[in-house]
Amino acid sequence: MSNDRIRDFSNGALAKRLGVPRVPVLRRYSPGQPLLPGPAFVAGTGRFAEAVAALIVEEGCTVVEEIGEERVAAVVVDLTDATTLDDLAAARAILQPAVRKLAPSGRVLLLGPDPAEAAGVEAAAVAQALDGLVRTIAKEVRAGATANLLVVAAGAAPAAVDSSVRFLLSARSAYVDGQVMRVGVPVGTPQDPPAMDSPTEKPLAGRIAVVTGAARGIGASIADTLARDGATLVVVDIPAAGENLAKVANRTGGVALQLDITADDAPARLVAFLAERFGRADLVVHNAGITRDKLLANMDAERWDSVLNVNLRAQLRITDALLASDLLGDGARIVSVSSQSGIAGNRGQANYVASKAGIIGMVRALAPVVAEKGVTINAVAPGFIETDMTATMPVATREGGRRINSLRQGGLPVDVAETIGWLGQAASGGVNGQVVRVCGQSMIGA
Amino acid sequence: MAPRKAAVIGGNRIPFARANGRYARASNLDMLTTTLDGLVARFGLADERLGEVVAGAVLKHSRDFNLTREAVLGSRLAPSTPAYDIQQACGTGLEATIAVANKIALGQIESGVAGGVDTASDAPIAVNEDLRKVLVALNGARSLSQRLRLLGRLRPGQIVPEIPQNSEPRTGLSMGEHAAVTAREWGVSREAQDEFAAASHQHLAAAYERGFFDDLVTPYLGLTRDDNLRPDSTAEKLARLKPVFGKGEGATMTAGNSTPLTDGAALTLLGSDEWAAAHKLPVLAHFVDAETAAVDYVHGGGAPGARGADHRYGRDGLLTAPVYAVPRLLARNGLTLQDFDFYEIHEAFASTVLATLAAWEDPGFAKERLGLDAPLGSIDRSRLNVVGSSLAAGHPFAATGGRIVSTLAKLLHEKGSGRGLISICAAGGQGVVAILEAAR
Repeated sequence: MSNDRIRDFSNGALAKRLGVPRVPVLRRYSPGQPLLPGPAFVAGTGRFAEAVAALIVEEGCTVVEEIGEERVAAVVVDLTDATTLDDLAAARAILQPAVRKLAPSGRVLLLGPDPAEAAGVEAAAVAQALDGLVRTIAKEVRAGATANLLVVAAGAAPAAVDSSVRFLLSARSAYVDGQVMRVGVPVGTPQDPPAMDSPTEKPLAGRIAVVTGAARGIGASIADTLARDGATLVVVDIPAAGENLAKVANRTGGVALQLDITADDAPARLVAFLAERFGRADLVVHNAGITRDKLLANMDAERWDSVLNVNLRAQLRITDALLASDLLGDGARIVSVSSQSGIAGNRGQANYVASKAGIIGMVRALAPVVAEKGVTINAVAPGFIETDMTATMPVATREGGRRINSLRQGGLPVDVAETIGWLGQAASGGVNGQVVRVCGQSMIGA
Repeated sequence: MAPRKAAVIGGNRIPFARANGRYARASNLDMLTTTLDGLVARFGLADERLGEVVAGAVLKHSRDFNLTREAVLGSRLAPSTPAYDIQQACGTGLEATIAVANKIALGQIESGVAGGVDTASDAPIAVNEDLRKVLVALNGARSLSQRLRLLGRLRPGQIVPEIPQNSEPRTGLSMGEHAAVTAREWGVSREAQDEFAAASHQHLAAAYERGFFDDLVTPYLGLTRDDNLRPDSTAEKLARLKPVFGKGEGATMTAGNSTPLTDGAALTLLGSDEWAAAHKLPVLAHFVDAETAAVDYVHGGGAPGARGADHRYGRDGLLTAPVYAVPRLLARNGLTLQDFDFYEIHEAFASTVLATLAAWEDPGFAKERLGLDAPLGSIDRSRLNVVGSSLAAGHPFAATGGRIVSTLAKLLHEKGSGRGLISICAAGGQGVVAILEAAR
């Protein structure tokens, strides 16, 4: 998929002799792969450290409590009890030797308290300090390693972070870097029984997943990934894309629904289809999106409306219709594909940016509403992802997009898909109303 | 076990393409496999073992002797799904549906797929008959001298191949020429034909616009709609075309009011109600009954002095067998021609449909040829081919039945009640007709 010649060259013998900085080849997930390729160093005195260590052991990996000579595949520090500058200094003392021993494609995962819940000014300052600290670690670690922070609500039990810890430690989160995600008290049933038989291999077993815009690109990758993780797929795309859509459906053993999501009756048709064929939907992925680029000065209403209708209005209408139906039960998850452009803005994409920023607003507004039904809604915001679209960019633009992030490369569609798979689990109920960037810690909009 | 009614669950076809166009390099096997895979995708049947897949092609290569089974093996259906080919000219698709529906009705199978495929582009071309005889003999030759003697029989003229003919073997007349005779006999006017053809285009275009085909058609090779479709077609525009069938003064049949040679495939998914329910699949309609008929368009009537030569009803037209099949089907089911909410009469030619309707309205014909006291009468034309038919969509011979069955089943499902009549004429003077009723 990725045709990154500079990365390939930088890993060759010649580049090594010339001293060219290496573009790391990221470790990515394949079924059967262990959670971590080496030992994990777990430290900290918060209420999660023990549970995280147990989870890693349960996955068949080793946990070390001291940093020695051996490199470690992950550094997990539970700082959820950090409230003072002395606590912060203790964190430095733990992290300083640990990051030196981080293996390629290693993982730094911090768990911290929620600044909004901090008791006192110093505690709030310390909680916020972790935010900056993790973003800095993400920029300093090398060789495809990532650093992320889980901000955990005071009321969240240890099990609430399990699916997030699994995701962020595993190779599934290859391109999620420098991100701060909040985990609250889980919404809906925290775990659904079939998934728990195999939380690592088949975390979506038994779940019905709907993916719009699934005929190609990131949407097709989402379908493939969710199916790999055990979901039954309903793949949706415009009728004109039906040829590819059928291939995706048959490849994933799913069902193809040719539907123009902007049609007046599209929400009703989707609801009727799901009701008839499955009686429920456990995961809805709003992925369909289009671009019609023009500078705002040249932007006509047709361009504006077509993008807003597909990228945002259809999502609002379909989500409304699904919520009005009884298809979204306890533990159902909605994930919407936003964009880095929706956070940062982008020249020539006023319509696209408005739609993608609008998605973020939609997700935040809906999160508390859907939570009452045991449902979560989150957004993923991809950065530079290697697709057919980016492959046709001018070289300079493409290279700029690829390198301006901490991993010095573009992500793959599967990186977006893996993130959606994590948010789509019933066990991820603690994550709600979040915008997770899949951008390799891109500088754009950060 | 009493027979039950087979359920029509849905269908899939690829857009139909004018011959030597978009599908010029697609084979029957390519198109049938793709159409089957589209059906599998629509109904989530990957790795499913179905009772049977029955389909056929009219223009068929000898290598495709097991066409449908090969399509199954190339598809995402379970390879343990049996399949067989049938062929009854343009009646193939509907005849395949009858075959599957009957087995379901008898409880012999629980599910099945029926339809057909045809390519007029990738048509089989056989070696010259003289050459073929030499080659067959050569294959059986036992000695070098025998072989050399046979090789000496090779002639340059034998390089000219046998190309499939669009004509009736027993009359040498093309189907269009036959239809032109019938049109003249029934006094079907040019204006009526053009108006009818334009309506077919307009109806099909409107149906596409409202998304009617979203769950009936899967694009193929970049084609998303039937490329014969002319949404802006009008009777006035069609009136400008020159006649191509029938001769001289009074010729009425043009390329515009006749179906073009077309490539495509169409399939329908059928099952028992129980099978559909177990798979959470919709039942759009039930297959009620079917009838076939054949007419003698060869003997009599034609030559002066021959039986019936001077009589208006003396000789049956090549494509008029449905005129006979329908009254028999109606009688068996205790129905009249007016008891239908939809009529799907295959538009081989606009004149064929109009002549068929005229024959049903004609008291003399009813009495003399159908043996009925009264004619079947006229139909409400607003119920005829309401989402277009072959004149607009095109007519890949064996694919038309599947297209019509799936279309009618969806129309009945949309309406939520009522019944529909299917009438398809076929080469060889044959006709296949059937009744569907809405699922309740």
